[in-house]
Amino acid sequence: MTSDYKTIVRDGLWDNNGVLSMLLGMCPTMAMTTSATNGLGMGLATAAVMAASSFLVALFRRLISQEVRIPVFVLIVASMVTLVDLAMNAWMHALYKVLGLFIPLIVSNCLPLARLEAFAAKSKALPALVDGLFMGLGFTLALTLIGAVREILGSGTLFANASLLLGPPFKAMELRILPANMGVLMMILPPGGFLVTGLLVVVKRLFDLRAGKEIRMSGAHCAA
Amino acid sequence: MKETVMMMIGAALVNNVILARFLGLCSFMGVTTRIDTAAGMGLATTFVITVSSMADWAVQRYLLEAYGLGFLRTVTFILVIASAVQFTEMVIRKVSPSLFQMLGIYLPLITTNCAVLGVALLLAENHMSFIAATLFAFASAAGYSLVMVIFAGLRERLALASVPRLFAGPPIAFIVAGLLAMAFMGFSGISTV
Repeated sequence: MTSDYKTIVRDGLWDNNGVLSMLLGMCPTMAMTTSATNGLGMGLATAAVMAASSFLVALFRRLISQEVRIPVFVLIVASMVTLVDLAMNAWMHALYKVLGLFIPLIVSNCLPLARLEAFAAKSKALPALVDGLFMGLGFTLALTLIGAVREILGSGTLFANASLLLGPPFKAMELRILPANMGVLMMILPPGGFLVTGLLVVVKRLFDLRAGKEIRMSGAHCAA
Repeated sequence: MKETVMMMIGAALVNNVILARFLGLCSFMGVTTRIDTAAGMGLATTFVITVSSMADWAVQRYLLEAYGLGFLRTVTFILVIASAVQFTEMVIRKVSPSLFQMLGIYLPLITTNCAVLGVALLLAENHMSFIAATLFAFASAAGYSLVMVIFAGLRERLALASVPRLFAGPPIAFIVAGLLAMAFMGFSGISTV
């Protein structure tokens, strides 16, 4: 049983990473990665929603009939998103203002829905919770990575404003990598999001090749 | 009048739904391997965005704001959108069975296209009049369709090019999309709306 959980964790974090392998949840991936801090915040919010909704769907999986499952899933995710939305507005207002529109848009992120359909709907509650959580954390990892690359190249900093968003103890995370006038503005503008994501998918493929695995030629599109 | 036209140009080109706001990227990557599918998807999504934005505008004004139910916005909007998608599916099946065949699985997925929810949420936050909201939704959707067709055209050419194996498929598509986004940044000189 423990090895099962190990596979779930490994799959979620890296092997089957939601962004870099499956290419799901692209909208927040591009829009919210202008800095590593934003990516981290967006990722954690999504992870919370995924863990909670996977757990609930797995808990009620015998009660949800096959025909209406998609609307039910969407409603469950929407309720969880509303909870996260309200909680962040109350306790993390600075971060909430930055992420803005994209918190409610977690509802139409394909990644939570894809995991509900592919995993939570057929499994027990606890593995589903672990799967949702670690798929979410893998998403966070990818977003933070893309955000970090874009931020270093674009504005020369890393985790800028982390203390503002996460609390004073995180002040030590704020780094300046390049001098202020070295940044390539394009990297934090929309084109940079596409370029960095494309190149990071290639990096992930390189790692997969080195590990002796077949590289995936196409993403799992949002076929929920 | 002039303001309305500028607002529509801004929504369609300057703040393009896909390339500037990053909404609807799943369908942008998923259904743009052929021009005709991309055009069909663009038309269907345009219809859904316009209809659901009008409905969401009414829901926002007369239900959520009137009764102080703002916290239910996400849930109600997604329900309205799901119904609009179902309605579109019925219309397309009647009007054009061949398009219905072609779009197949992607039709119900318009529900989870964040362009639809995103435009509705943008409208809800900007407090526009009904006419302005409808025009804004339509212009955004037109910009979405335009980019879908352009990108499908690029990918049809790309399919014939010899791309290094590591870059084949999605990565090269992302890089091409980045170049397209750069081209669209040229529109930002037109207006500031």
